[in-house]
Amino acid sequence: MADSFSIENEMNGRRRFLVAATTVAGGIAGAAVATPFLLSMMPSERAKAAGAPVEVDIEKLEPGMLLTVEWRGRVVWILNRTPEMLATLEKLEGQLADPNSEKDQQPDYAQNRTRSIKPEILVAVGLCTHLGCSPILRKDIAPEDLGPDWLGGFFCPCHGSKFDLAGRVYSNLPAPTNMVVPPHTYLTDTRLLVGAESKESA
Amino acid sequence: MKLRTYLFILCMAPLAIFAAPPGMPLDKAPIDTKDNASLQRGAETFVNYCLTCHAASYMRYNRHRDIGLDEPTVLDKLVFTGQKAGDLMLTAMSEKEGEEWFGVVPPDLSVIARSRGADWLYTYLRAFYRDSTTVPGWNNLVFDRAAMPHVLYELQGEQKLVVNIVDGKEIESLELEKPGKLSVSEYDQYVADLVNYLVYLGEPAANDRKRIGMYVLIFLFGFLALSIALKREYWRDIH
Amino acid sequence: MSKGLNSLKEWIDKRFPMTSNWEAHLSKYYAPKNFNFWYYFGSLALLVLVNQLLTGIFLTMNYKPDATLAFASVEYIMRDVDYGWLIRYMHSTGASMFFVVVYLHMFRGMMYGSYRKPRELLWLIGMAIFFVLMSLAFTGYILPWGQMSYWGAQVIVSMFGAIPVVGDSLTLLLLGDFNLSDATLNRFFAYHVVTLPLLMIVLVFVHILALHEVGSNNPDGIEIKSNKNPKTKIPVDGIPFHPYYSVKDIVGVIGFLIIFCTIVFFAPEFGGYFLEHNNFIPANTLQTPDHIAPVWYFTPYYSMLRAVTVNFLWIDAKLWGVILMAAAVIIFAFLPWLDRSPVKSIRYKGPIFKFALTMFVISFFVLGWLGMKAPTPLYTLLAQIFTVIYFAFFLLMPWYSKIDKTKPEPKRVTK
Repeated sequence: MADSFSIENEMNGRRRFLVAATTVAGGIAGAAVATPFLLSMMPSERAKAAGAPVEVDIEKLEPGMLLTVEWRGRVVWILNRTPEMLATLEKLEGQLADPNSEKDQQPDYAQNRTRSIKPEILVAVGLCTHLGCSPILRKDIAPEDLGPDWLGGFFCPCHGSKFDLAGRVYSNLPAPTNMVVPPHTYLTDTRLLVGAESKESA
Repeated sequence: MKLRTYLFILCMAPLAIFAAPPGMPLDKAPIDTKDNASLQRGAETFVNYCLTCHAASYMRYNRHRDIGLDEPTVLDKLVFTGQKAGDLMLTAMSEKEGEEWFGVVPPDLSVIARSRGADWLYTYLRAFYRDSTTVPGWNNLVFDRAAMPHVLYELQGEQKLVVNIVDGKEIESLELEKPGKLSVSEYDQYVADLVNYLVYLGEPAANDRKRIGMYVLIFLFGFLALSIALKREYWRDIH
Repeated sequence: MSKGLNSLKEWIDKRFPMTSNWEAHLSKYYAPKNFNFWYYFGSLALLVLVNQLLTGIFLTMNYKPDATLAFASVEYIMRDVDYGWLIRYMHSTGASMFFVVVYLHMFRGMMYGSYRKPRELLWLIGMAIFFVLMSLAFTGYILPWGQMSYWGAQVIVSMFGAIPVVGDSLTLLLLGDFNLSDATLNRFFAYHVVTLPLLMIVLVFVHILALHEVGSNNPDGIEIKSNKNPKTKIPVDGIPFHPYYSVKDIVGVIGFLIIFCTIVFFAPEFGGYFLEHNNFIPANTLQTPDHIAPVWYFTPYYSMLRAVTVNFLWIDAKLWGVILMAAAVIIFAFLPWLDRSPVKSIRYKGPIFKFALTMFVISFFVLGWLGMKAPTPLYTLLAQIFTVIYFAFFLLMPWYSKIDKTKPEPKRVTK
């Protein structure tokens, strides 16, 4: 053994290559470990099962009535709109932020004036797009608190956002976008499936 | 060098401990947890016979995609009680009814293969015999006075206990008295499928686990070679 | 780029001792250059600790410390949570591997005399870590609320009842109920995820600080600090921990991970030794399993607990068992003062020490094996014999380490 030793610790080419290769391998290992940990934080099978599509019978839903169902723990409204209610939609378009539903808040099949498959039946997630409060259905026309222009719609008590009877947002109010229309489909004329486009894709 | 040999032996000592343990003689369960056809047959037997009294309450029906059953097939073949595909495999019988009928609540079977082991289950399900002295009218060679009656007797037939005395020791064995719908080898296969399924049920992720494990180990061996090269390169500095 | 980094480094160094700490503990911490295989286990223990902390945090996201829900929540993690099985197996395998690594780490210290002056305090801090580790393992094993969780804990808690005068009150204080129940599970969960891990982190930190104060021992058991280069003041047999031991420890880490992952992915129950079969049966407060044994890492002490069968000196057998078991763990702490040998390392110690250490290791394994078995008269006798050998290793050490024929220590470390 030598009496003393010297430490050069100089970066030669081979050393630099090996350090880089080990760093890359370590990075891959780190990412590979992080992946299952992050995936474990996604909704579990239980959450997915509880969030499965909901079947709703709307045979008894009278015109003008609102039915509330739960899907993925959120309020979903099913509103059977009367012809008078539908007639208000066109009149209000001047006051709306996105009257043609151009922003991606609904499936393609609901990108129309009524934002629905059947014109009279609105299916919408009953949460304000501002900060998630649940707005109130105000069918009364021109009440004192909402002013003479109010033709009926949804009013959010938290921060005053207003939506028409198709869930379209009024402009110049806190909520930025129209209310969300969830994927839904009709299994029969009166059986509605909320949460999926077909039973198989559920 | 001597020291190293001695240390090596010390490190190996625990292995001798792990190599121990006899128990009662159990038949080896002829199962293969990668055989989806067998698992699917076992799953059907399970929902037809076991699920009546026993739950598998940690298992969801739609999980059977692991063994090659998609959701419509699951709903068609495994779900009878109007439950949804994402539901847990609960039993129709309440715990109170179980206690009244059998004296004990039939245990949940989700992890039964992990506590009992495949060989025990395989032997147990083939070791029922007629015994008029017990309440259910059945007894079992592996589990004396089991509360469970022989649910599969129509398939296996009825066995009786035979006691032979060999060298002054009582040797118990079973003899088929009345044949059932299945031959002995068919029944063994039938039980093997069920046990195979129970093993799957005990840990549905087991096959995924082993598959991922192969990739992890291959990667680690590559990484090991790289790290040894790196260490050697640096340690050339040290004389 | 590098200029910007440099000024950032300066900015930080004026406000936080970053560079000085990096140097003191890594790039200018001089470790003996002759570390062998046994010196991997310190860094590996740290790795396992990180594994336990990380997987533990993710398990608490889904585990429910409630007697009616705990067992089901573990199966929920195993099935319904994406990759929950992986995280759970990493944690359960990590628990056993923690003991493997720590036992080997301690054995290293016993071989090379790492507990001797000036490392007595370092050794004592290590012993404190060992106590905390045992408490963590015990409180953690209760959480799945299976049969072994329940009855194993029942046995351990009953031990406290053996303590005279305060025993019964102490048991109530531990349990928070008149028997092992939901209240107990809930508080053990609190210890397992908050109290004990915090204590562990602090102790490990202090352990490393103490190590870096006195410097590492080595297989020759000589002090490299007593032979410094007169100009540089660097020990002539020392090399900077970083990069030399950091690259070496990477090899150890990956070697360990290969073993660890083989268990996690291919044998997570490890034949019933890491996850016991009976623990897949939910806790039943009315029915004890036919045979209960603690997890393998506690079985040596468990055998000693059972080995005492006679009342002796006004103290009954039960209390003697508890005293012996506690003493078997605590006695390690006295090693620095029991060892009177003029040399530290087994390399220069005489045949008596080598024989004594061999007997100690054998008794540790035999007691461990006996602890897994149901007691029979023969096994109890064996347990008694090996308990005596176990303690003889320690208690006779002042005598045999003095008369043992040692070899002279070298001046410089050897390969």
